[in-house]
Amino acid sequence: MPLTDTEAAPATLTVRSLLVWGLLAGLVGGLLAFGFASAFGEPSVDKAIAIEESAGAEHTHGTDPAEHHHDETAPAEEEEVSRAFQSTGGLGIGAVAYGLGLGGLFSLAFAFAYGRIGPLTPRTTALTLAGLGYVSVVLVPFLAYPANPPAVGKPETIGDRTALFFGMIGISLVLVIAAVILAKRLTPRIGGWWATVSTAIGYLVAVTVVAKLLPSFQEVPEGFPGNVLWDFRVASLGTSAVLWAGIGLVFAALLHRGLTKLQPQAV
Amino acid sequence: MTHAVALPTPVSIPVRQILPYALFAGIISLLALYFVGAEQGALAIFDGTYVHELVHDARHLLGFPCH
Ligand SMILES: [Zn+2]
Repeated sequence: MPLTDTEAAPATLTVRSLLVWGLLAGLVGGLLAFGFASAFGEPSVDKAIAIEESAGAEHTHGTDPAEHHHDETAPAEEEEVSRAFQSTGGLGIGAVAYGLGLGGLFSLAFAFAYGRIGPLTPRTTALTLAGLGYVSVVLVPFLAYPANPPAVGKPETIGDRTALFFGMIGISLVLVIAAVILAKRLTPRIGGWWATVSTAIGYLVAVTVVAKLLPSFQEVPEGFPGNVLWDFRVASLGTSAVLWAGIGLVFAALLHRGLTKLQPQAV
Repeated sequence: MTHAVALPTPVSIPVRQILPYALFAGIISLLALYFVGAEQGALAIFDGTYVHELVHDARHLLGFPCH
């Protein structure tokens, strides 16, 4: 495999250095995701908001989030944060804050996974973790509850949709962790290949069943252009992909550098 | 660059060493995700709409239900 490293004895890692690397990786990942979202996400967000406004179904970007009734005679909404800033600085702040949080959690997950999930090099462990994270935390929940642009989604179901979306992330995460643990236990008996393949299929079957059992929402307004919805959703998946790939790669690079530095003392 | 050395098993970090960090940094990290993903949407710690509006586009594009 081209991913195998020839690096030598990894020394014992401290959780503190992992956290620092995770936060740095999160910062870089967040900035990259911000760039991607600005270039590929904002056009469809703008179009969706224009559609929303022209349809007279203005959603409350500037008023109380609890008051989501759209009164056509209501005065123009007051914005605390202008649209211009929401789509630039606000997007950047949100993406970086999210990246830092995710980077922190990623480094903690790595601390648990390191040396425990099979014969992988440190860098491959980091990338494997990022891949599993993207599939279980982003892709699977997205397929059950796809991301929606402004104008899509009924305000009265926001509570249910939020609870179910977070619930789906939680269930998917628990199932993927269970699959990894099970794969490790099965490896001595049936070998690494079949242990990985069978638990991966088990995970996919389980999340499919869960997604089918949970309620779904069909709240795309009539006449909302399909291409805007598609562009938005692809951009959403792409934004998260850039974020997770950025975190995984930067973390792997920092980890490798850290381990190489430790080398002379360790040998 | 030194010559390649045989690859030993990575030394795993004892769980009791991870737990204090997991609690402390884990909670702060989750809070960051919460503020971007859900604050002043379905749930609210602070009154008003400032946080919701500030992170609005990131919330949509990261896949969270917004309103
Ligand atoms: Zn919105």
